[in-house]
Amino acid sequence: MTLLAVCDVSVAIHDAPILRAVSLGLASGEVLGVIGESGSGKSMTALAIMGLLPQGARVSGRVLLDGVDLFARTEAEMCKVRGRDVGMIFQEPMTALNPLQTIGDQVAETVRIHGAVSRAEAVGVARATLDRVGLAAFPLARYPHELSGGQRQRVGIAMAIALRPKLLIADEPTTALDVTTQAAILTLLRRLVAEDGMGLVLITHDLAVVAETADHVAIMTEGRVVEAGPTRVVLRQMRHPYTRTLLSASAHQPKRLPRIARTPLLKVENLVCDYPGPRRGLFGRAPAFRAVRNVSFTLHAGESLGLVGESGCGKSTLTRAILGLDEVQGGRITLDGEEIHADAHMPRALRAKMQVVFQDPYGSFNPRHRVARLITEPYHLLADAPHGLARAAAVAQALEAVGLHASDATRFIHEFSGGQRQRIAIARALIIRPKLIVLDEAVSALDVQVRAQILDLLADLSIRLGLSYLFITHDLTVVRARTDRVMVMKAGEIVETGRTAAVFAAPQHPYTRELLAAAPVLEMTA
Amino acid sequence: MRALWIGAALATAFAIAALVSFFWTPYDVASLDIASRLQPPSAAHWFGTDHFGRDVLSMIMGGARVSLAVALVAVGIGMGLGVPLGLVAAATRGSLLDETIMRGNDLVFGFPALLIAILITAVFGPSAVNAIIAIGVFNVPVFARVTRGAALSLWRRDFVLAARTAGKARARISVEHVLPNLANLLIVQGTIQFSLGILAEAGLSYVGLGAQPPTPSWGRMLAESQTMIAFAPWLALAPGLAIVLSVLGLNLMGDGLRDLMDPRIRRVRA
Amino acid sequence: MIRFAFMRIASLAVSLVAASLVVFAVIEVVPGDPAAYMLGMNASPEAVAALRAELGLDMGPVARYVAWTTGMLRGDFGVSYTYRTPVAGMIADRLWISLPLAIYALALSTLIAFPVGVWAAARRGAAVDAGVMGATQLGVAVPNFWFAMLLVLVFAVNLRWFSAGGFPGWEAGPLAAIKALTLPAIALALPQASILARVMRSALLDTLDEDFIRTARAKGLSRGQALRRHALRNALIPVLTIIGLQFSFLLAGAIIIENVFFLPGLGRLVFQAISQRDLIVVESVVMLLVFAVILVTFVVDLAYAAVDPRLRRPV
Repeated sequence: MTLLAVCDVSVAIHDAPILRAVSLGLASGEVLGVIGESGSGKSMTALAIMGLLPQGARVSGRVLLDGVDLFARTEAEMCKVRGRDVGMIFQEPMTALNPLQTIGDQVAETVRIHGAVSRAEAVGVARATLDRVGLAAFPLARYPHELSGGQRQRVGIAMAIALRPKLLIADEPTTALDVTTQAAILTLLRRLVAEDGMGLVLITHDLAVVAETADHVAIMTEGRVVEAGPTRVVLRQMRHPYTRTLLSASAHQPKRLPRIARTPLLKVENLVCDYPGPRRGLFGRAPAFRAVRNVSFTLHAGESLGLVGESGCGKSTLTRAILGLDEVQGGRITLDGEEIHADAHMPRALRAKMQVVFQDPYGSFNPRHRVARLITEPYHLLADAPHGLARAAAVAQALEAVGLHASDATRFIHEFSGGQRQRIAIARALIIRPKLIVLDEAVSALDVQVRAQILDLLADLSIRLGLSYLFITHDLTVVRARTDRVMVMKAGEIVETGRTAAVFAAPQHPYTRELLAAAPVLEMTA
Repeated sequence: MRALWIGAALATAFAIAALVSFFWTPYDVASLDIASRLQPPSAAHWFGTDHFGRDVLSMIMGGARVSLAVALVAVGIGMGLGVPLGLVAAATRGSLLDETIMRGNDLVFGFPALLIAILITAVFGPSAVNAIIAIGVFNVPVFARVTRGAALSLWRRDFVLAARTAGKARARISVEHVLPNLANLLIVQGTIQFSLGILAEAGLSYVGLGAQPPTPSWGRMLAESQTMIAFAPWLALAPGLAIVLSVLGLNLMGDGLRDLMDPRIRRVRA
Repeated sequence: MIRFAFMRIASLAVSLVAASLVVFAVIEVVPGDPAAYMLGMNASPEAVAALRAELGLDMGPVARYVAWTTGMLRGDFGVSYTYRTPVAGMIADRLWISLPLAIYALALSTLIAFPVGVWAAARRGAAVDAGVMGATQLGVAVPNFWFAMLLVLVFAVNLRWFSAGGFPGWEAGPLAAIKALTLPAIALALPQASILARVMRSALLDTLDEDFIRTARAKGLSRGQALRRHALRNALIPVLTIIGLQFSFLLAGAIIIENVFFLPGLGRLVFQAISQRDLIVVESVVMLLVFAVILVTFVVDLAYAAVDPRLRRPV
C-alpha cells in the first residue's frame, strides 16, 4: 500500500514559487529516487514533507503518510512524527552533528525525546543502532570530530533510524563523500530498507546513484516533477526532453584524437612533500605529515594525463608542488627541462609555460576586478606583455576562444554563472599560451550539463592549440572520458599507472579495483 | 537601512559641530563671565552656563572637536600599524614572524587603554596627545587581529592561488588582492573603534588623563559638573547626551554599513 | 587536557614576563630621581644617596628588574616612595574594594545579559527582539561614569535609597558594604550587559542556522528544545570570549567608577600615586591589573576546552 503520497504540493517563499504542484508516491520497502540539478526544488520537497520549511514559506496541497495529512498537523504533533515515523539524513556529515555532544548521546536523544524510556534503555538502543549501521567498533563516548566523514554519516543514519521509522528521507547523503564511502553508505541504506521495510526517498543530483539504488524515480526541474515512474522504464524511454539532456550529459564522452609526441613536458622524479604540522607555541611545531611519498611520473607534450584519488590521498599537495606554490622535501619536478621551485625562486618564463584552472568557480576570481583585468593577470609572467589595443585584442580573442563575447571583458565576475566563470578561468589560463594546463577538479563543482560543455571545450582547445592537460580529480567518469593515461593515487603514493582504457578494462592494483567497483555506473540501455 | 541613515545623520551633525567650532562658537569658551554663572538653559544659552559662566553649547562644540580628533587619530594609528602587521602575519602564516606578531598583539591586548594611559601619564604627564597614543596603541592589536583573520581566509581562496601561479610576490598579492577585499571590513571596524575611541577619550579626560584646561572636553565637563549635579543637572546632561548620541550614531552607522556590505546578507537578498 | 593546560600555563608565564618587561621599561624612562623628589629640594646629597641605597635605586636596571620581579613573586611589591609603607599592604587594602566591585559587576552583567540575549534570539524578528536590540544599542553608547552620575542623581540625591558615595568598610557588615557597591556595580554592569546580550543573541542566531540544529529538529525536537539542548552550549564559545574581555574592561572601568562614588579602591590609589609621582605604586598596580587580565584570558582558554571537546586534545 502507499506509504507516502505527496499531492499537488506547492511552496512559495516571499512570493517566489519554489515548488509547483509536486506529486510523488512511495510504497513501504521501496526506494524512490528524486533527481534534479541544484535549484530544482528537490531538497525543498524533502523539507516540506518534514514540515521544516524556512520561516515565511507558504504551502498548499497535501502530504499523506499512511493516509494521514501531515500538513493538517500542528507543530507539536509534527514534533512527534519527526524522528519516530519519518527520519531524515542530510548532505553535510561534517556539520550535521552537534560538535559538543558524544555520538552516543546524539543517537540516544532520538529515543528519549519520543518516549518515557530510562537513560539506560536509550543508551542501549543507541548502542544497538550504531552496531547496525556498522559502527560496532566505536564507543558511545566518541565525539563527532574523532570520526571520518563516512563514519559521521553513519551516525546521522543511526539517529534517523533509531526508532525504526516508516519513512526515511536522505537528502544527497553521499554527495560529500568519496566514491568508495559512497558505495558503502548506499549499500547500508539498501540493507536497512530491506530489513525494516521502510520507504526511502533518496534525493540526489547523480543519475548513476539512482539508477543503481532506486525502484522508482522522479525527475525534477524548476520546482516541477517532469517525469516519474519505474527506474528502468524512465531511463529507457526518456520521454521528457529534460530527462534526455540530463542523461546524455551524464554519459558524455567527448571525442578525442590523441596526438602525443614522445617529448616529456612535465617530469616528476622521486617527489617527497610534507604537510607541516600545526605550530605549538613560539618555537615548536607538531611533527609534519608526509603527504607525498616518492612519487615519479612523466607527462608528454600533447598528452592528457589523469590523476585520480580520494580526499586526503595527497593529490592536492602534489598539485601545489607542481604549481610551484610550496617547497618540496625531496626529489625534483622539471617542466620543459627546467626545475620548478616554490614562489619567487621560480623564473617567470618557466611559470608562463604552465597555468591552472581551479575547482570553485566562485572563489577563483577577485570579486573587485573586471574580467579584462582578471584574465590578463598571467601577463605578469611575460617580459613583453601586449599593451593598449593589442592587449584588448588578446582579451577578446581569449574570451571568444572559450565561447564568450569580447564585450564581457568589462563586466564583473558576479554577473556570470558557474559554467561561464569556469570558461573565464580557462581564458585566463590560455591567454599566455601555456604548454600545460593543470585542471584541479576543474569540472567537479558544475552541474552535469555544464560539465559536458566545459569538457567539450577543453577537448576542442587541446586539439586546436596542442595543449597538454593534467586532470586532477576524484571523479572517475571525468578521467575515463578525457584522458589518454591515468594514475591512481592512494596514501601519498601512485599505486597504478597506465593507458586509461586499459586501466578501466583490467585494473591491476586492488585499490583501483575497489574504486572502479564503487563508482556507480549508469547503464545505457537506450 | 534606516539605522544607517539615522547613524550617519547623527555622526555628520557632530562632525559639523566640531568643524564649525574652529572658527565660530556662540560664545568664547575661554572667557569667564561669573555674573551669568550656572544659568539654566534659555534662549541666550541653549544648554545653560557652567560655574564660571561659560556657555555649555560652545563648550560642547569645542569638546566635539577634541573628541572626534582624538578618536580619529587613534583609529588612524590603529589602522596604520595594525593593518600592515595583520597583512604581514597572514602572508607569512605559521612562520616565526607571524607567531611573534600575534604574541605581541596578545601582550598589548593585556593592557586596556586606560592602563596604557596611566603608564604614559605617569611618565609624561597628562595631555590630549597622550590620550591619543594610549587609545591608538590599544587599537593596533584590534586591527591587526581583524586583518589577519580575514586575510587568512582570503589567502585560501583560489584567486590568490591564481595570482601566485601568475608569479606575483606575496607583498604584491597582499596589496593587490587581499587589501581591497578587506576594505569593507576595515571600514566597519574603523567605525566601531571610532565610537569606542570617543568613549575612551571621555573616560580618560573624566579622570584627568585627557585634554587639559582650557581646552574643553566632554569628559572633564562631566567631572566638573559632578559636585553640582543636584542643583545644575543640565551641566551633566548636555555633555553626557553628546557622548551618547555621537557614539550611538557611529554604532548605528557601523551596523548599517556591515549589513550593507556583508556578502552573506547580500546573497540572501539577491 | 593536562597537556593542554600545561601549554597554556607556559604561555601564561611568557606573557607575564613580557608584560613586566614592558611596564618596567616604561617606568624606567621616567626622568628624575624619586629619592631626590621624596626628600624635597634642600636635601643633602648624602641623604639622597642613603635613600637611593635603601630603595635599591643604586643598582643597575637589570638587577633592579630582577629584584622587582622576584620580590613580586614573594608578595613583596617594594616600599611606597610617598608613604614609606609596603606597597603590597596598600594594594591589598584597596583590592578588597576593587575586586569585589568588578566581580559584582561581572555577575550582574552576565545574569542580565544571558536571559535577555536568549529571549531576543528565541523570538527573532518579533517586537521583543527589536526592543532588546534598541535598548542594548543605547546601552552600548552610554559611558559608564555618566550613567553612574545619573544613578546618583536619581537614587541617591532624589530618592535617597543609597548614599551618593563612600564606603563603610567590610567591618560595617557585608550587607552595608554590598549596598555601597550596588550603584557602582550597576553603573559598570549595564553597558557591559548590553554588549554581552547582543553577542549572546547573535551567537545564538548563528548557531540556530547550523546544520546540526536542523538534524535535531528532524529527530523530533521542538524549536525550544533544539535551542536549549544544542544551540546554547555551542553559542557559549563566542560569549565566553567576550566575558573574558569584559573582565579587563570592568577592572579598568572600576578605576574610573571609583572616582564617581569616592570609593577608596585601586583607582583612587593609582591616581593619587600619579599626582605624587609615587611610581613604584603605579608600576605595581598596573602590573597587578595586567596580571589579572592575562589570568582571566587563561581561565577563558581553559573554559573553552571544558565546553568544546575539539580543543581538549593536545594540538
